[in-house]
Amino acid sequence: MAEPGDLAFAFRQERGIPLDCRATCRAGQVLALVGPSGSGKTTILRAIAGLERPQWGRVRCGDTSWLDTDAGISLPPQQRRVGFLFQQAALFPHLSLLENVVMALGHLPAASRRKQAREILGRVHLQGLEGRRPAALSGGQQQRGALARALARDPEVLLLDEPFAAVDRVTRRKLHLELIQLTREIGIPVLLVTHDLDEAMMLADRLCVIHHGHGLQEGEPEAVLRAPDSSLVARLMDVRNLFRGRLRAPPGSGEPGILEWGGARLEIARAPDLPSGSEVHWTIPPGEVLLHQRRRPSRGERENPLQARVAEVIVLGGTASLLLVPLHHPQERLYMDLPRHVLQRNAIVIGDLVGVSLLAGSIHVMTN
Amino acid sequence: MDWEALLLSLRLAAWTTLLLLPLAILLARTLAWSRFPGRGLLEALVTLPLVLPPTVLGYYLLMALAPDSPLGRLLGGGLAFHFSGLVVASMVYSLPFAVQPLLRAMEGIPRELREAAWCCGLTPWQSLLRVELPLAWPGVLSAVVLSFAHTLGEFGVVLMVGGNIPGETRTLSIAIYDKVLAFEEAAAGRMALLLLGITLLALALMQWLDRRLRVRERGHG
Repeated sequence: MAEPGDLAFAFRQERGIPLDCRATCRAGQVLALVGPSGSGKTTILRAIAGLERPQWGRVRCGDTSWLDTDAGISLPPQQRRVGFLFQQAALFPHLSLLENVVMALGHLPAASRRKQAREILGRVHLQGLEGRRPAALSGGQQQRGALARALARDPEVLLLDEPFAAVDRVTRRKLHLELIQLTREIGIPVLLVTHDLDEAMMLADRLCVIHHGHGLQEGEPEAVLRAPDSSLVARLMDVRNLFRGRLRAPPGSGEPGILEWGGARLEIARAPDLPSGSEVHWTIPPGEVLLHQRRRPSRGERENPLQARVAEVIVLGGTASLLLVPLHHPQERLYMDLPRHVLQRNAIVIGDLVGVSLLAGSIHVMTN
Repeated sequence: MDWEALLLSLRLAAWTTLLLLPLAILLARTLAWSRFPGRGLLEALVTLPLVLPPTVLGYYLLMALAPDSPLGRLLGGGLAFHFSGLVVASMVYSLPFAVQPLLRAMEGIPRELREAAWCCGLTPWQSLLRVELPLAWPGVLSAVVLSFAHTLGEFGVVLMVGGNIPGETRTLSIAIYDKVLAFEEAAAGRMALLLLGITLLALALMQWLDRRLRVRERGHG
């Protein structure tokens, strides 16, 4: 058996759902395609599986070409070894769970299929339910069964189309953990389509932001969230601190740049190559807004200090999210995440006036 | 009682159903899932025998199956006034009764299930036999019973294409007509009652099987 390899794809299409994107997913990695509903994520997945044929496209898996419209190559889905997990499990309703899995084991000799199917069902924790019809399984069990069927074919690529959208939260979290474990074990490229950013952040090694079929940005989830290429990506990634500003001076050799934000001048360490006076968007991760501690001043406080009033405090688990109204720019809202104990030690309540610093190195400036 | 005519009717219905079913399955599958130019026309053609007067249909079939027609020349003799001609005519006449229930059943199968079958590595034929037909089973059953019952009762087309040749083309419904014209009303009545009974039985059988099937599908395997 050939070593399962990387998956590389590129699609372009003008009619129907427009497409213009390319990406590579390494073996053993999870690549999440994120974007709003109707952005073409599912179409991309279906084109990889061969369920849809784009106007122009290339799909390579390992050293096999699955699709190359220029060369007239287009393998049918039966010949692309994919495991496809549909949003609604799509188990065959007239067959038992075991028979569903056996259906995808056509590549094995008939005598060993049932044994193999039992083994795979055990791997997704469904032992004992082999004889049940899909209708007699819960949503989570159905999705696990569908995963078993997808894995049964010994796929070279696993394609997951919003697989957890239809199950409840508790089940979803369990399935997430199992999936992480599983992808580590099987060592093939895994593509996950989701509109749930938290899911993507948690499961994906890499993430590709899709909008109207265009791949806008690809990278590690943390990196994309921290440094979106554009305000559009920032909005699609639901970045909380997204502001307009004006670039006053680009950062020079050793000198910080200057960003104007509602009258305040902020020092910045990096900026895209734009002329002075350009309108820009900028962002800062809520976790990197520095609180001036009341009893223990620190050196960082000299960097871009701001006074703000606490408008809201939301505590979730060990983290407190504060919504701040900057005094110099009261139309804007600045999010700050703190460990809960810091909030308690500083006795911060709604209405308090606090000092914060926006560290130059944490500010990310992007084009509009 | 014209036993010969009864046997002929049953034979005709059986052959027609047997030959029509695969054709209807392929037609229904194409109409349900393929998008191609002329699809609307094909659907209209399939439905046509439902609304066309049997005599009109019979006339065109008679022309098509005559010895001097292109088809007749190809076969080295026409099919008109032969049992084989009756089978062909009945297939055309019963086409909508076989295709419609199959089409409805096939359209009811979610797209993802067929796609899941392909992603499991099943060829289109395997997918048809192992996923689509088992799921469309009530439709297949309806198609069988309806084509059988409909062929059993047809009259106009049979008379046009087959005439009234005992043992070759005289079906039960033709025999009834014959008896009525000959004022043998008691014989006609017996045969009519038999035909009514057979048809009713077929429909009841279909309903019963269909109900049983649904109960089983809802069960836990």
